[in-house]
Amino acid sequence: MSKWISSLNQPTALVPAVAILFGLVFGGIVMLLGGFDPIAAYAALVRKVFGSSYDIGETIRTITPILFTGLAVGFAFRAGVFNIGADGQYIIGMTAATFVGIKIHLPAFLHAPLAVLVGMICGGLWGALCGYLKAYRGVHEVISAIMLNWIALFLSNYLLMKFLVEEGQQKTPNIDETASVSIGWLSEAMGGARMDWGIWIGLISVALFYILLWRTKQGYDLRAVGHNPDAAQAAGINVKTTFMKTMMISGMFAGLGGVFSVLGVFHYQVASGASEGYGFDGIAVALLGGNHPVGILFGAILFGLLTYGSAGMNFDANVPTEIVRIVIGSIIFFVASHSIITKLLKPMLSRRSTNKRKGASADGNAG
Amino acid sequence: MAMLADLINSTLVFSAALIFAALGGVFSERSGVFNIGLEGMMTAGAFTAAIGTYYVQEAGGSGASPWIGLLCGIGAGTLFALLHAYATVTVKADQTIVGVVINILALAVTLYLVKFMFEGAGDTPLLDETFSMAAIPGLADIPFIGQAFFNNYPTTYLAYVLVPLSAYLLFRTPFGLRLRAVGEHPGAADTVGINVTKYRYIGVLISGALAGLGGATIVLTTTSNFAHNTISGQGFIAIAALIFGRWNPYGVFGAAFFFGMAQAVRIFITQFEFAAHIPNEFLYMLPYVLTLLVLAGVVGSVRGPSAAGTPYDPSKR
Amino acid sequence: MEQSVPVVELAGITKRFPGIVANDDISLDLRKGEIHALLGENGAGKSTLMSILFGLYQPDEGEIRVNGKAVKIDGAGKAIELGIGMVHQHFKLVQPFTVAENIVLGVEPVRGLSIHLKQANEKVRELSARYGLKVDPLVKVQDISVGMQQRVEILKTLYRGAEILIFDEPTAVLTVQEIQELMQILRQLAGEGKSIILITHKLKEIMEVSDRVTIIRRGKVVGTVRTAETSESQLAEMMVGRRVSFDVNKEKREPGPVVLEVENLTVAGGERGTHAVDGVSLRIREGEILGLAGVDGNGQHELVEALAGLRPAIGGRIALNGADVTRLPTKARIEAGLASIPEDRQKHGLVLDFTLSENMVLGSTERRRFFGGGFLKDKEIDAYAKKLVADFDVRSAGVHSRARSLSGGNQQKAIIARELERHPKLIVAVQPTRGLDIGAIEFVHERLLQARSEGKAILLISYELDELYKLSDRIQVISGGRIMGEVDPELGEDDDKIGLMMAGQASNDQGGGAA
Repeated sequence: MSKWISSLNQPTALVPAVAILFGLVFGGIVMLLGGFDPIAAYAALVRKVFGSSYDIGETIRTITPILFTGLAVGFAFRAGVFNIGADGQYIIGMTAATFVGIKIHLPAFLHAPLAVLVGMICGGLWGALCGYLKAYRGVHEVISAIMLNWIALFLSNYLLMKFLVEEGQQKTPNIDETASVSIGWLSEAMGGARMDWGIWIGLISVALFYILLWRTKQGYDLRAVGHNPDAAQAAGINVKTTFMKTMMISGMFAGLGGVFSVLGVFHYQVASGASEGYGFDGIAVALLGGNHPVGILFGAILFGLLTYGSAGMNFDANVPTEIVRIVIGSIIFFVASHSIITKLLKPMLSRRSTNKRKGASADGNAG
Repeated sequence: MAMLADLINSTLVFSAALIFAALGGVFSERSGVFNIGLEGMMTAGAFTAAIGTYYVQEAGGSGASPWIGLLCGIGAGTLFALLHAYATVTVKADQTIVGVVINILALAVTLYLVKFMFEGAGDTPLLDETFSMAAIPGLADIPFIGQAFFNNYPTTYLAYVLVPLSAYLLFRTPFGLRLRAVGEHPGAADTVGINVTKYRYIGVLISGALAGLGGATIVLTTTSNFAHNTISGQGFIAIAALIFGRWNPYGVFGAAFFFGMAQAVRIFITQFEFAAHIPNEFLYMLPYVLTLLVLAGVVGSVRGPSAAGTPYDPSKR
Repeated sequence: MEQSVPVVELAGITKRFPGIVANDDISLDLRKGEIHALLGENGAGKSTLMSILFGLYQPDEGEIRVNGKAVKIDGAGKAIELGIGMVHQHFKLVQPFTVAENIVLGVEPVRGLSIHLKQANEKVRELSARYGLKVDPLVKVQDISVGMQQRVEILKTLYRGAEILIFDEPTAVLTVQEIQELMQILRQLAGEGKSIILITHKLKEIMEVSDRVTIIRRGKVVGTVRTAETSESQLAEMMVGRRVSFDVNKEKREPGPVVLEVENLTVAGGERGTHAVDGVSLRIREGEILGLAGVDGNGQHELVEALAGLRPAIGGRIALNGADVTRLPTKARIEAGLASIPEDRQKHGLVLDFTLSENMVLGSTERRRFFGGGFLKDKEIDAYAKKLVADFDVRSAGVHSRARSLSGGNQQKAIIARELERHPKLIVAVQPTRGLDIGAIEFVHERLLQARSEGKAILLISYELDELYKLSDRIQVISGGRIMGEVDPELGEDDDKIGLMMAGQASNDQGGGAA
């Protein structure tokens, strides 16, 4: 356990931190250029997020899907697969859960778990399809995932419109009460915020992610493939099935995001012309969190705060909510272009490490 | 027959923007840089064309205003491409992630500006003057072909010119040979004194200019204003057209024409018996499904430029 | 041949990389019309020096003079301008382009705005004829042989008017015949007044073709000698820094029962629809080293991959210890006693970003010991890794350091430790000493012979005949995916015979080998 704690103290954690700072500063500059007061705007953001128990609850609700897609992208990255398709897996997971929630009628102790499970597996299969195309057909996963995202969106719309949505409507009827995973008492305690099992399963997923990757043989194989598929194959690891398994698990994480969005939060699904973009937020969060589950959790919290708080910036400081997307975009830009940051930090870092070394030798003398 | 001519005619309206963006993709990927950010560059082009045209109109420059708007769109696309080129070529950041960033940033920045410029409105005002269809004298009188191909927007004619021009540039000139060498084997280019960085910048910048042109085309021929959903997926269809057209300008033209037709058919759906039975969603899906099938080797096989996707590291020469 | 002003002078060149000094105060001069060999072990700094001369690196100290004038070469373009051309070890050719397109790239003749392809083709044909290179300008590079591709590289430099030609390990990928032809080309080029630097570590070629030799060791010049006044053994000693004994202790040993039996193995993947491995039969017994000689690219890679289960056999049979493994996956073959020492240790042998510990159990068959219940047993793995590191003298900062941080020799030791400790029946070793210094080479040879003494069957694939003669009990020759015949290393080196076989001529006493 101490391994991942120490990994957070390393200079690698410094790059995301500086990227976040740069992103916020850049957003501030954009606000200044637009004649807004960035300090007031960020203050309004913070006030919005921590304003009431309702807001805290809703912030948590906003964090949940980003956490799941972040885990999805990060997990696949570890096997060397760039899952840009979390968006599609999210939609497929959601749609499958909606179908189970509406079309099947069961007692609550069966219905909700079944809907979660089916949604998760369908998301996983959609991911595995991408893995299959990479492993057995040699299709670059980024390209196939882009195609699969759009196919998922339109396929899901078709299925919803054809089987669930009533004439003249854009959204499905509500799922059965028995399929809901909302937590009523917690919602009441949080001032009516939409609380559900999602965040708890999300936290469990964070732990599972860690255990699976660093404590099991499967995870060992997966990381070997991620670092060096040729050597892994030569050592008898089946690289192709590893790609598929990885994408299956990755898709399951993403699918769960969609599942809880419908079963826990909205209880219905809308046929929409564009996706909600959680998959792309997931890429950002995974990148920010260094593809480590704890890092991803922190990243998701940050993005959840920013996203939910943006409404407050708009309301209190009149800043268009898009400013937060600009901040998020520039944070990813700076993490991706990390060599800009390391170049800037280099003089500072080297000074720090020499200080440390001096400190260490001083300790040695004292001992 | 007349109906088919009409279908081709409106297909070309939709296709023009796709052709521009996909041609842009050809230049970028041939130079060795993936450009997932085409969508964002189109968004930037669409927005800038809308406000450029709008302000020129406000200033009283009626007839020329769409043309100035078009140039604004090209400029904005190029600007975002510069960011893409800097991050992917100079800083060697992951090309896919930078593309995603471009898409996020372009949409956010443009909507922010729309709200800022038009007091919180979600879209730009409708333009009084956009491009209008213009028949090409002589050619437009040819039966069928005239109506199908030569009674269209100026941007469509521009597409007719840019496709062979791109092919000529890529396959017949020293510039094209070097650009393709940089995308196939940057080490080979470098060791004969070709500046890999320069050619990759040029490839990406051209792709931004063309994607911006594509976005502008949509505003100036189809929507007449810019809103959050003006560009919703066209950039990705352009990527599909790029692959389906096998990184070749003529192939891209064919693929974009085909995908444009899938869009046009929706409008004609009431007139075509066969199309009435196809759910809209399937038509939307078509470009992506076909591209996947091609990539999976179900329909032929494709191979992109060898070095596309990888930053050039001279020490691994 | 000798003139007063050298065409190139390198004076006091120093180049440092993080952690090492690749070139340390190197001086060298090249005279007009001379073939000047640059000799040194892998990693001695030859390639760095030539990269500096070709403008790919900048020296930290020192001066380059071309035709007596001090110059600053800040890129390949500048080098070309100065009349310097380089034939790279790894060809710099754009595969889907034609030969002519590759040659004119960067200096295209134009007519109007277009490339004047007709003129380019004409000029290439002309140059090719003048130097007897027989290159067709219109074919695509991806469709021609390796030897031809090298000629395209030579033409590239000549087309640009190069007067100074650098050849970086040009013979590594050529057949014996192609090597002979290349030597001829080199002499002809020198005869026309071109000055040539030949980078190599092959002593025979130096003796055959060069006028002078400069020897580099660990980044420093050891000396420059006239070829006519030196000998192979003197050069070897200068290169290594001590007397090199070419002998190893190989005890006489009767081989035991057959371990590997390959019958009529056929593997797809050759050029233009041919089979990469075409009906190969091999037999290796316990305590026997079978050497496989041949030029790189004659089916060795495919053969090894087929043996390891990384590439399917489309015909024939592979039996390990009597059991048919032809259709079994890699994992099952490892369990049946297969160990591999791959040619590219960083690509196929190690996961560089894994720790030494993690690498030591890569492909381990002892699931219960290291991965009980599907979970990693860190303590057990670390203890095992520590033992191996001690036994095989792998120098590292501990078993939790990344494999990437190890030197090449220690990486190879780590692989050998892992593979031998698995107690295999069969060891497939491909170029096991590639890129290692003499000390590490001796270590590897020792360990292989020790494994032989322990009764393991070993397939040794190498492009260095010396190594094969030194270690093998039998040597077979592969060419074009077929076994051409066998030689007995006890009878001494017979280069003509083996050379002909490597070039694809079957030996008349073929068939006696499998006994």
